[in-house]
Amino acid sequence: MSSELQTLLGILLSALLTENFILVKFYGICPFMGVSKKIGTAIGMGAAVTFVMGVACAATWAVDNFLLIPLDLQYMQTLAFILVIASIVQVVEMFLKKSVPSLYQALGIYLPLITTNCAVLGAALVNAQAGEGFRAGFLPSVLFGVAGGLGFTLAIVLFASVRIKVDKSNCPECFKGFPIALIAAGLIALAFMGFSGLKVF
Amino acid sequence: MTEILIAVGVLGALGLVFGLVLAIASKVFYVETDPRLDQLNECLPGANCGGCGYPGCGGYADAVLKGEAAIGLCASGGDECAQRMAQIMGVKAEKVARKVALVRCSGYKGVDENGKATGAKQKGEYEGIKDCLAATKVAGRGPLICKFGCLGFGNCVAQCKYDALSIVDGIAKVDQEKCVGCMSCAAACPRNLIVPVEYGKHVVIACASTAKGSVTIRGCSAGCIGCGLCKKICPNGAITIDQNLATIDYSKCSGCGLCANVCPKHLITVNKAYSPEA
Repeated sequence: MSSELQTLLGILLSALLTENFILVKFYGICPFMGVSKKIGTAIGMGAAVTFVMGVACAATWAVDNFLLIPLDLQYMQTLAFILVIASIVQVVEMFLKKSVPSLYQALGIYLPLITTNCAVLGAALVNAQAGEGFRAGFLPSVLFGVAGGLGFTLAIVLFASVRIKVDKSNCPECFKGFPIALIAAGLIALAFMGFSGLKVF
Repeated sequence: MTEILIAVGVLGALGLVFGLVLAIASKVFYVETDPRLDQLNECLPGANCGGCGYPGCGGYADAVLKGEAAIGLCASGGDECAQRMAQIMGVKAEKVARKVALVRCSGYKGVDENGKATGAKQKGEYEGIKDCLAATKVAGRGPLICKFGCLGFGNCVAQCKYDALSIVDGIAKVDQEKCVGCMSCAAACPRNLIVPVEYGKHVVIACASTAKGSVTIRGCSAGCIGCGLCKKICPNGAITIDQNLATIDYSKCSGCGLCANVCPKHLITVNKAYSPEA
């Protein structure tokens, strides 16, 4: 297998499992806790995050490589990326509303929620700090964003199904609601730590 | 100094470019919507209860605008909402009677003056998942002897967006003042105990047991045994006994309350303090 394909596969697996945005890196915890009461909404949120992360990684890669790095302004990455992501999400929302109303109906309510999601910014910043070489290229950057979004979807759907069960079971009064949900999240995160030993290549 | 200026300039330029892009995009991707849609949405309560049968208030407003849905399906908004929607659409609306939910069970667990337990009787202790649907799935159909009794785990309470339902002495009870009649609770009840009744009607049959009288008596001290006393006393012939259960035909009922007084099980009322004169 060519080394480039190996790297791509490695990026996919690490973003999905070993470096899962939510359960290992603990980015984007607010939607993880907030939108995980039903599996349907969790899937919707996951799809929206995956979509936005892919687009945002592509856009921030361009801004970073054609504007910030040539001008030696890497220290402004965080600020510039927030600006880029927020505008991109707005434009995408308008575009979807006009061109793909069905997709807008499905993602519509989640898109504005993601504008300032730290997982999206996190993906862009991790990309920007990946350093020189193929890892920092355009394709790997976008793949990292999409795979990170898929990892987010995996985590939030898993958590939503756990929460539905937890809500229906007997638990001490003081743990009801968010406390037990946080404990459940911690246990799932602990389980995901098991993937950190995973070395494919 | 120049470094700062470059940074400021780049970020400012970036902001300006994106601002322009957004401004252009909002023109290019402008979607024309019927101004009536916003007006209709404003009339609706915005609770997205789903009582109209459409996915949320927006869905219903859309359907009304397209002429697919009738005006006045919104139970939460009531008559006022229907009239305003009719005005926007330029048609006349019929008067919408306010409906509220009724839990057809009176088996409130308590103790009578002799120290004897009243209400729905337990078959045994249920230690499973605290969920009505789950309780009906276990062998023996849950903890109650009565197959029509409210299980009291509050699936309906969890559904209610208006805080109108509560569990009182083990039975779900509707607060008629808070209830808007969206009936989302009815779908959550695995025993189909919740039905709509007209608001303000105090004469209701709060029991759903179609079992034989002797069977009903074994499970509950407040179950309809189909004795027919209410049917006999009703001056308007509004009450019929069908499958051991009394039913009221509201087109004939005058609300005199005689049936409520004569019922030996005291289940023909949701308001114990009701008097026909008031």
